[in-house]
Amino acid sequence: MARLVKFYGQMERIKEQYLIRNRNAEENRLRENAAAVKIQSWFRGCQVRAFLSYLHRNATVIQKTWRAFSARQYFRQRVKTAYFLMKMNFYNKMAVKIQQRWRGYYIRKYVHNYYERKRYLEALAKKNEQVRRELEELAEHQKKERERIAMEREEQEKYMQAQRLHFLLSTKQRPGVFNSPFRPEPDEMELRLRTVKLLRTRSAPKETATNQQPSGFLSSIERLPPIHKTPQGPFRAAAEVQRQRQRPLEPSLRVATSITALEEAREELRQHEWRTRLIDQPFMPFSKAHPNKEYEALLRTHSPYQQTAYGKKYFREEDRTHLQGKKKFKTVFTTCQVFDKFGRLYSDTGKIV
Amino acid sequence: MSQRHVLQVFEQYQKERMKFVQTVAELATRPQNIETLQNAGVMSLLRPLLLDAVPTIQQSAALALGRLASYSDDLAEAVVKGDILPQLVYSLAEQNRFYKKAAAFVLRAVAKHSPELAQAVVDCGALDALVISLEEFDPGVKEAAAWALGYIARHNGSLAQAVVDAGAVPLLVLCIQEPDNALKRISASTLSDISKHSPELAQTVVDTGAIAHLAQMTLYPDAKLKRHVFSALGQISKHSVDLAEMVVEAEIFPAVLACLKDPDEYVRKNISTLMREITKHTPELSQMIVNAGGVAAVIDYLGDSRGSVRLPGIMMLGYVAAHSENLAMAVIVSKGVPQLAICLAEETEDHMKAAAAWALGQIGHHTPEHARAVAMSNVLPKLLSLYLDTQSSEDLKAKAKKALKSILQKCTYVPALEPLLYEAPSNVLKHVICQFSKVLPHDSKARRLFVTTGGLKKVQEIKAEPGSALQEYINAINTCYPEEIVRYYSPGYSEALLERIDNYQPV
Repeated sequence: MARLVKFYGQMERIKEQYLIRNRNAEENRLRENAAAVKIQSWFRGCQVRAFLSYLHRNATVIQKTWRAFSARQYFRQRVKTAYFLMKMNFYNKMAVKIQQRWRGYYIRKYVHNYYERKRYLEALAKKNEQVRRELEELAEHQKKERERIAMEREEQEKYMQAQRLHFLLSTKQRPGVFNSPFRPEPDEMELRLRTVKLLRTRSAPKETATNQQPSGFLSSIERLPPIHKTPQGPFRAAAEVQRQRQRPLEPSLRVATSITALEEAREELRQHEWRTRLIDQPFMPFSKAHPNKEYEALLRTHSPYQQTAYGKKYFREEDRTHLQGKKKFKTVFTTCQVFDKFGRLYSDTGKIV
Repeated sequence: MSQRHVLQVFEQYQKERMKFVQTVAELATRPQNIETLQNAGVMSLLRPLLLDAVPTIQQSAALALGRLASYSDDLAEAVVKGDILPQLVYSLAEQNRFYKKAAAFVLRAVAKHSPELAQAVVDCGALDALVISLEEFDPGVKEAAAWALGYIARHNGSLAQAVVDAGAVPLLVLCIQEPDNALKRISASTLSDISKHSPELAQTVVDTGAIAHLAQMTLYPDAKLKRHVFSALGQISKHSVDLAEMVVEAEIFPAVLACLKDPDEYVRKNISTLMREITKHTPELSQMIVNAGGVAAVIDYLGDSRGSVRLPGIMMLGYVAAHSENLAMAVIVSKGVPQLAICLAEETEDHMKAAAAWALGQIGHHTPEHARAVAMSNVLPKLLSLYLDTQSSEDLKAKAKKALKSILQKCTYVPALEPLLYEAPSNVLKHVICQFSKVLPHDSKARRLFVTTGGLKKVQEIKAEPGSALQEYINAINTCYPEEIVRYYSPGYSEALLERIDNYQPV
């Protein structure tokens, strides 16, 4: 109780105290509130910042992990590619080496073989030499042959000459023309005359059947009697004389032509055609001929005649008056009979007519 | 008047006609008479005589006409205008062989002048009649017909085609096989005339098996026949590779080389033409000819002959060398280059020189080795002089320049290049300097020689535009030498030295 008494005893002071305190509290309320807010805001700020930084830290961890992962992946890829490229380059280089070796070998062995080429060129040179030699020999041979033939011909010519001049041979009594006594030795011809065989009369060569005219005129050539018993003068080669004498009859073309030659030829042709005909369609030569063409006057005549159309009474009428002013037909050409006889006739006195 | 008198008149008339025709035919053989005969109106007088009752008169008239027509194309035209051809064609089918021969002669004489006249002959249906005469028994008629066909076919492709269409080729091939030499000759010439126009015509000739028969005749002794045979083979093989191969397959090759030594000039010419036509197609064909020793034979032939007959031989060498460097080497090994150089120097005509220059260019343009071989036979100065000669034709100049350029671009043979330094114009000099700039850096002896012969001096004297290719080449040459040497040989060096003396102050 004492305490209560004590309390009561202090009641006034408590009341006063209470008022003071309340007043103080009221006085400090705003300030304290602001301070509390400040403290709280600071704290909350710290708290949020801590959280945010926590979040950031976490994000960084995630990011760095991911980035590291993807970078590693990328790097591995790069390495792989680089490795592949390196490998490929290496392989290519090696392949080139192999190929170049092989190609070089192949080309040298089969395509541009140096030794082969050299050998080929040498062989070619040899072959060329051989060809040249052979051709040279051939040409030489041909030349000799030609020369030989020419010489033979010349020899023959001289021999014939000698035969013809055989009468100039010197006799015991008289030296011949070629054996002049004023010369130390006789002419070459003289020696030739001595060796030569006398010319014998030969019959003229027979006419071959190919170059005769078609008519049958030249059937019988009877042997003519000799002009003299022995050949008289050495004026011409006996064979030539004989040929002249036995020359087959060469009638003029008019005489040689049979009157029925055209018919014969046509008949023969018809026969021939009948024999050899394979197709029955005959050859029609006048494919381009014009049946109704105007008559064209000849170049040098003055005839006014035209071809008259068919259906008239007559084809040509006589108009004397028309002919009166007309020039005469020109005879421009003279005949040359001399040409026909040239070198052909030979009389028995030995003169050319 | 008795019957005899009456007949005598006719006899007389016939005799006179005969005499007239024969005299005209005789006179027509001499060219100086033709003018007079023409003025006297011989054409209009001969025309009725072609229809005469007597075959001999017809024949002689045809002969006279043929002689006249072969003399000039005016007269041939007169024959065509006088409507004589249809009569002839008609009688070509009708008459005896003598007349056929004469008629074919007239057709030939008309057709030979110009394509138009030949066309006129074709238009009057002569081809069928001529082809039928090719079947005649008599070789003379066949010959005349083949000859006329040849003259028709030689003008142009369409006329030759007309001859082929008339079916002449198989018969001509048959005619080749006849024993008569003249007939063979003419038929071969006709085949040659037909096949020369186009590959198709040549193929038709080949299809009838002509090559085998022609190949057989290459070894005949008759020179004229050989001429035509080789000409025909050449004309056939000129068109295409296939045809050329067919000619080669007839195995004529080593054997016909003997004909290059034939005394007849035209045989030699035609055989070398044949070889040219074959070699120009492919390297393989050329190789075949080379291996047979053909090149050596042709080179010998070039040595033996003079003038324009050399041309095919020269061209053949060019064609062979153009195919590949191996073949060009073969030509060089066969001693072709000196021979070509001789041809280049000896021949007077421009086209021959041009051909020789071309052939040399073809030989030299492959490798430095080839160019060296060509340069060693001393043709470069000759080519240069041809190029610079004002008398040369344009073609020759162009060919000489091309050859020179292609040889120079490969040539590394310094002694041959040096003379060109002094003579060549700038467009050739460019190539010469270029070659020097390639050779000198690698060859010390050549460098020394180049200085001692005065080449360097000459090079310094050349005025080149700065930046041009020529200047670059000159610079490349200059870098091969020490600077003092280059300066020593530069023009105006002595003045520079003298100037230094003037400026020198003795201490």
